[in-house]
Amino acid sequence: MLIEQDKMENLADALVAAEVKGRSPWVDARKRFFNNKAAVAGLIVLICVGLFAFLGGYFAKFSNDEIDFMVIGQVAQLGGPSISSGHYFGTDDLGRDMFARVVQGTQISLMVGVVGAAIAVIAGTLYGATAGYVGGRIDNIMMRIVDILMAIPYMFVLILLLVIFGRSISMLFVGIGLLSWLEMSRIVRGQTLTLKNKEFIEAAQATGVSSFKIITRHIVPNLLGVVAVYATLLVPLMILTESFISFLGLGVQEPLTSWGALISEGAGTMQYGTLWQLAFPLFFFVITLFGFYFVGDGLRDALDPKDR
Amino acid sequence: MLNYIIKRLAIAVPTILVLIVFSFLLMHAAPGGPFTSERAVPPEILANLEAKYGLDQPLYMQIWTYIKNVVFHFDFGPSFTYKDRTVNEIIAQGFPITLTYGSVAFVFAVIVGVSLGVAAAIYHNSWLDYLAVGISIGAQVLPNFVMAPILVLIFTLWLGWLPGGGWENGEVKFLIMPVIALSTSFMASIARIMRSSMLEVMNANHIRTARAKGLPTRQIIFRHALKPAMLPVVSYLGPAFVSMITGSVVIDMFFSTGGIGLFFVNAALNRDYSVMMGITILIGVLTILFNLVVDIIYAWIDPKIRY
Repeated sequence: MLIEQDKMENLADALVAAEVKGRSPWVDARKRFFNNKAAVAGLIVLICVGLFAFLGGYFAKFSNDEIDFMVIGQVAQLGGPSISSGHYFGTDDLGRDMFARVVQGTQISLMVGVVGAAIAVIAGTLYGATAGYVGGRIDNIMMRIVDILMAIPYMFVLILLLVIFGRSISMLFVGIGLLSWLEMSRIVRGQTLTLKNKEFIEAAQATGVSSFKIITRHIVPNLLGVVAVYATLLVPLMILTESFISFLGLGVQEPLTSWGALISEGAGTMQYGTLWQLAFPLFFFVITLFGFYFVGDGLRDALDPKDR
Repeated sequence: MLNYIIKRLAIAVPTILVLIVFSFLLMHAAPGGPFTSERAVPPEILANLEAKYGLDQPLYMQIWTYIKNVVFHFDFGPSFTYKDRTVNEIIAQGFPITLTYGSVAFVFAVIVGVSLGVAAAIYHNSWLDYLAVGISIGAQVLPNFVMAPILVLIFTLWLGWLPGGGWENGEVKFLIMPVIALSTSFMASIARIMRSSMLEVMNANHIRTARAKGLPTRQIIFRHALKPAMLPVVSYLGPAFVSMITGSVVIDMFFSTGGIGLFFVNAALNRDYSVMMGITILIGVLTILFNLVVDIIYAWIDPKIRY
């Protein structure tokens, strides 16, 4: 589940090495990525899930909070998935359309994953690039802070944060993102250290470009490869975190929903024979995670020919 | 070695203090105090309550008192929601349970994961290898909160072999599903890490030498290959420990095992800050100590590391 640090470091070295050769490494990488069957399959799955999240709402015959009084009380007999009743995925125990709810859960889970990963990537990249570029004592202090923060059981702190600042969805985004930039900052710092001594940085310094501008204009663009791979692997982690918290009932609140909340509901009602309530969210959850892992692995292999 | 341990402890102590102060400030910043309820409490009673729990003192005094109590008396104070119970009592009730199934799951994950990884590496490109790789890829997307309902569905609802929850003093049949649900994804990760590092070690020069001088395969594996190949697994144990403690919250919720996670979630729902803080700090301290132990084991296994 965790992203292997040494692999990321290899990748960082490989990217720097590839730049030197002068041939566009991106074209090669793209070719390698599309030759990787698992990665392409993962990408297709992700595109389908994305389409489902965005377009699914137009096919739903019911809204996500509309109660179908025809099936209520007899969900196990009448609420099953069927085309004719319009409940393609069945209904939940309250008679709400599962299709609409799964669409909404998919939207929210994907959004948390992407936004959380984006926050983590931006914070981690800036922090790591600054620490690596400035170096010396400041670098030491900044990385010591990261060490200290890493030892804190962050899920518990996240729940503490959610309880204290209210269980709103924006708090969930910020909390998840802010607590997962640590690993990112370490990787970025490592690569910044190797970039720092290159001629183009020296040239920028010689012409009097400010440190901030060197970091944002010259260091960060060169980190894009590692950042892209790490971000793809971070998204499923964010989705897992959000689902974990929503499973406990501490995350997304009704009438909004997410995969974690839906799985939790499905798990709570499976003894009444309404298995579809568990099966559909679980299916989307599992294939999406698979998709992200395969794409992430594929990207890593594509950008790091050494590791094959 | 002793120096190294002292140096690590010197980092651990401020970490713990930061954790305590941070969670204290968070708690303080919370809108609505612990005595805010639907029923408005008369101001005199509120003042008395605050005096009882020391909330009328300035902030730095409150933090200092709390740290003093936690560090010197190991006392996390009273629960704000259950007036008749202290945080210590709650921890004493839940923690042994969490520790029991948690350590069983941890040992299970390590032993099965390592054996699977070693077997896959030795019989590289055989059906066993493919099976191990398949399991570890599949289990990646089966975190505890997905495994738990699936297990209950199969073993309780369909087959009726195992009880769907409860604890009963840790009787084996109540232990099986929590342990499997908690350990699956870690077992898979350990197997994957072990397999790739074992494959690397088996191609190393010292193994070739051992083969050349005619040692039996069993001896090569157990005496020469296993120890260096274990290193990446050892460094994975720290993060795995943290994730497992986190996962125990789901286990406690889903299987009603009565461990510490259940109290944490209930405290979170009831805004029982002192219980949340107590559990967070306890787990933080445990995590830091465990990482310390892992680092020492690492330094002990790897002869290249000298501190």
